[in-house]
This record gives sequence, structure tokens and C-alpha cells, in this order.
Amino acid sequence: MDFLRPASWEEALAAKAEHPTAVPIAGGTDVMVEINFDHRRPEYLLDLNRVGELTDWEVGEDSVRLGASVPYTHIMEHLRGELPGLALASHTVASPQIRNRGGVGGNLGTASPAGDAHPALLAAGAEVEVESVRGSRRIPIDEFYTGVKRNALAADELIRAVHVKKADGPQQYSKVGTRNAMVIAVCAFGLALHPETRTVRTGIGSAAPTPVRAKAAEEFLNAALEEGGFWDNGKIITPSVAKQFADLCAASCNPIDDVRGTASYRRHAVGIMARRTLTWTWESYRGTAATTEGAA
Amino acid sequence: MRVNFTVNGRPQEADDVWEGESLLYVLRERLGLPGSKNACEQGECGSCTVRLDGVPVCSCLVAAGQVEGREVVTVEGLADYAKERACGHRSPEGQDSQTGEGTELAPIQQAFIDAGAVQCGFCTPGLLVAADEMLERNPNPSDADIREALSGNLCRCTGYEKIMDAVRLAAARQGEAV
Ligand SMILES: Cc1cc2nc3c(=O)[nH]c(=O)nc-3n(C[C@H](O)[C@H](O)[C@H](O)COP(=O)(O)OP(=O)(O)OC[C@H]3O[C@@H](n4cnc5c(N)ncnc54)[C@H](O)[C@@H]3O)c2cc1C
Ligand code: FES
Ligand code: FES
Repeated sequence: MDFLRPASWEEALAAKAEHPTAVPIAGGTDVMVEINFDHRRPEYLLDLNRVGELTDWEVGEDSVRLGASVPYTHIMEHLRGELPGLALASHTVASPQIRNRGGVGGNLGTASPAGDAHPALLAAGAEVEVESVRGSRRIPIDEFYTGVKRNALAADELIRAVHVKKADGPQQYSKVGTRNAMVIAVCAFGLALHPETRTVRTGIGSAAPTPVRAKAAEEFLNAALEEGGFWDNGKIITPSVAKQFADLCAASCNPIDDVRGTASYRRHAVGIMARRTLTWTWESYRGTAATTEGAA
Repeated sequence: MRVNFTVNGRPQEADDVWEGESLLYVLRERLGLPGSKNACEQGECGSCTVRLDGVPVCSCLVAAGQVEGREVVTVEGLADYAKERACGHRSPEGQDSQTGEGTELAPIQQAFIDAGAVQCGFCTPGLLVAADEMLERNPNPSDADIREALSGNLCRCTGYEKIMDAVRLAAARQGEAV
């Protein structure tokens, strides 16, 4: 095994081009487990810890450019306002020690259906900025996950950053597990209200081979909210609409039975989380809508 | 490969390090610092917790090569680290005894003993490092803060109540001291 230690982003891209089989290591919280248990013996480890810009973030007009290695702890502490869904999801990852090392770039690299960043990114809207010596491109988050633990990266590409849309409305993240800390999701659900575009977006974890959006449920809800004038009148969402939304979310899953839960439990739980997160975010939207009206 | 880094204030050089080796292995097997425990090697138990450039991490999940040029504090150096923090400067030499023997205990260590928070002791080094870092950041933690900060450290013996007592005791003593 060789340990490659590029001191800059350009050096890292050059190393990855020269050794396409090299395994990048950022926080190491996925990679080191595999090496410790001899599940993986890469020829090259490509250490990204010395590439300082990967731990930086920039808050722009519409989105946050989040460096691939920004640890979850920093997302929770510094980006709760801009990225509330991702901050909530980050807080559910493992433990403080893991959150001090692990980040979204590693979560995307592993692309596990259970990764907690994914539902939040899908719901908020995001693009993954990847780069190689050949150039840079942005992959829409909906196209990033290509299979169980597979993603759209080419062999010579590295993840530079994720561009996540800044929240323009309330966001929630909900996760089912056996305890509060150190738990891989049985299933998870992210939901974001986007009042500017009058849309609702979702993200589901651990309930299909890849993280997915519940697109049919989103379309139904967007139409129902528009039709009922809900975005303007700020009324409570009709229970039948919430129920139909939850049912469609459950139907969009394609879960499996495994040690953490059965497929039917997962489908059921996704429906419950969908209804709850919709209720929570809508209550919060109505609250803020009322205050702005009152203030105007 | 060779790895140069600072452990408990002293420059260290580890030779013949395998590229896939963890920081935990280097500390225990190459530098003679067995304080950090190896229980799971998968980030689940926290018994290998050390500070890397001040930040608590599981040393079993840090690749040895990643610590080149960086600073690590282990439980062996906790007493000195706490002392330096209390007087606001760092002693130039680091401690005499590498393994921490013969030095006075850190306040958090004394509190663990006084509260009876140590049974088999396997989880203790990781808990001490994590608890000490929390008290540095947050001198008046609520019970919820303590639970959160220690949520990555498992103990199979104590049932955690005495550990909670110990951290509350250390916080109270820290409050009295200032
Ligand atoms: C005890 C424990 C509990 C955990 N609990 C959770 C949990 O609750 N939720 C959750 O989502 N995850 C959990 N994880 C998994 C892990 O912590 C996350 O997936 C984390 O986001 C990985 O980030 P990292 O920087 O440590 O990745 P690394 O281990 O460094 O890398 C992970 C993968 O991404 C690749 N990679 C890293 N950076 C880049 C880059 N810039 N470009 C291209 N590829 C890259 C690596 O080659 C590797 O394939 C847990 C892990 C442990 C050990
Ligand atoms: S040995 Fe590192 S967390 Fe258990
Ligand atoms: S005292 Fe035995 S594991 Fe904690």
C-alpha cells in the first residue's frame, strides 16, 4: 500500500489522475473501518486532510458552497440558519467523535442508502461539484446516486464541494433508530418547504437501493397546496391531503428486510415521518407567514 | 513509512508504519502508550478517544499518515494538558514520564476516582479525554450536555450514573477554583 499526501487540491487531482484506483480518505470514518476489518486493501490511500480548502464553506446569494471535508460538527454549529435540514441530519450522525471527522464528501463518496446527508440534500436541492484534471462539472443531486453504494463519480474525479440551496422556508429531518446516539438509520425522511417556488421537496433514506425523492408525493402535494390556496391563506393542511401525501411517500419506497427492520415496517415508518415532518414544517411556515403579515 | 508528529507535547517519530495502520495502533504498539484502548476498531465505543489538534476523535479511525506534523493528546498527557490549561501556558519540555506515571492526576481523573466512576476501567481513558474537552468548552454543562458529549463512549460496567456524577463533580470543582 502507498500513502499519498497531496498538499494542495491540484496535487490531489494529479494524484487521482495518475492512480485512478487510489481510495481518497477524508475523515476516515468509513474507509478506516473497512481497512481495520480487512474488507478493503487499496493499493493507494489518498489523504485529503492537507487540502485546506476542502474544510471551507462560502455562503452565497442562493446557495452554500460546502467543502467536501467540512465536518458535521461545523455544519451543526455554523450553518443551522442556511441549511437547517442538513444541520439536523448532521446532528443525528453517530457521535461527537465521528461528527468531528466525518463530512458530506465522505457520505457522498460512500453513497450508502442509509447516509444521513442524502435525504437532507435531496429535500433542500443540491449539486455536487466534482473535478478532475480534465475539468470540473456539477452533478445534480438527483443524478448522483446510481446504485447501492454507487455514485456518478468517474475514476479520476474527486468531490470538491456540494452546493446546497439556502433554505427559503422550514426544513425537517426525521430518522428512525433504536436509540438516540450512534445509530444507522432504519429509515429516514427529509422535507423542505420552498415558499419562493411554492414547492415541497422530500428525501428518503434507507428505504430503497439509493436515497430517493418521493416525486409522485411531491407533485400531488404541490398541486393540492396550489389548488387550495394554502401558500397564501396559510390554513392548516387538510388531513386527507396530508394522509394522501404520506401514503404516496410510503409507496415511493422500495425497501428490503434486513437486521435493522422489515420492508413493511420501513414503508409504514416513512409514511408516519412524511406526515409529521409536513405538519411540523407547515406549522412553522404558518407561524412565520402570520408574523410577516402582522408586521407588514 | 515514517510518521513524525507531536504526542503530549513531545515530538515523536514512528518508523516502519504500515500505510493502512491506525493512529491507535501507532500509539499503543509503536510508541508504548497503551492508555488509549482498543475495543472495537470501528468508531462505536470511544475507548480510543484522543485529541487531534485539540479535537476529540476516535484514534482507531485516523490513518497514521494523516497525523504527520499534527498534535495528539492522549490520556497519558491529560494531567499535563490540564495543568497547562490552568496556568495558561505550555511547559517547553513536555512531561518527564511519557506514560503519565508519577504525575499528579488531572481534575477530571481525580473526580472519576472520587465519584467511583471506574470499574473495569476499559472505557475510562476515552471518557476522560472526551469529558475533559467538554469541560474546557462548556464549564457549566447541563446533564443533557454531558450525555451528548459522552454519547460516543460506551461503558459496559457502571451504568453511567457514576460517570455523570464524576463529570458534575469535576465541573463543580472547576467552578470553585475560579
Ligand atoms: C461508528 C460509526 C457510526 C456511523 N454512523 C453514521 C450515521 O449515523 N449516519 C451516517 O450517515 N453515517 C454514519 N457513519 C458513516 C460515516 O461516518 C459517514 O459516511 C461520513 O460522512 C463519512 O465521512 P468521512 O469524511 O469520514 O469519509 P471517509 O471514510 O474518509 O470516506 C468515505 C468514502 O468517500 C470517499 N471520499 C471521501 N472524500 C472524498 C472526496 N473529496 N472525493 C471523492 N471521494 C471521497 C472515500 O474514498 C470513501 O470511499 C458512521 C460511521 C461510524 C464509524
Ligand atoms: S476502538 Fe476506536 S471507537 Fe472503539
Ligand atoms: S468501567 Fe468497565 S467499561 Fe466502563
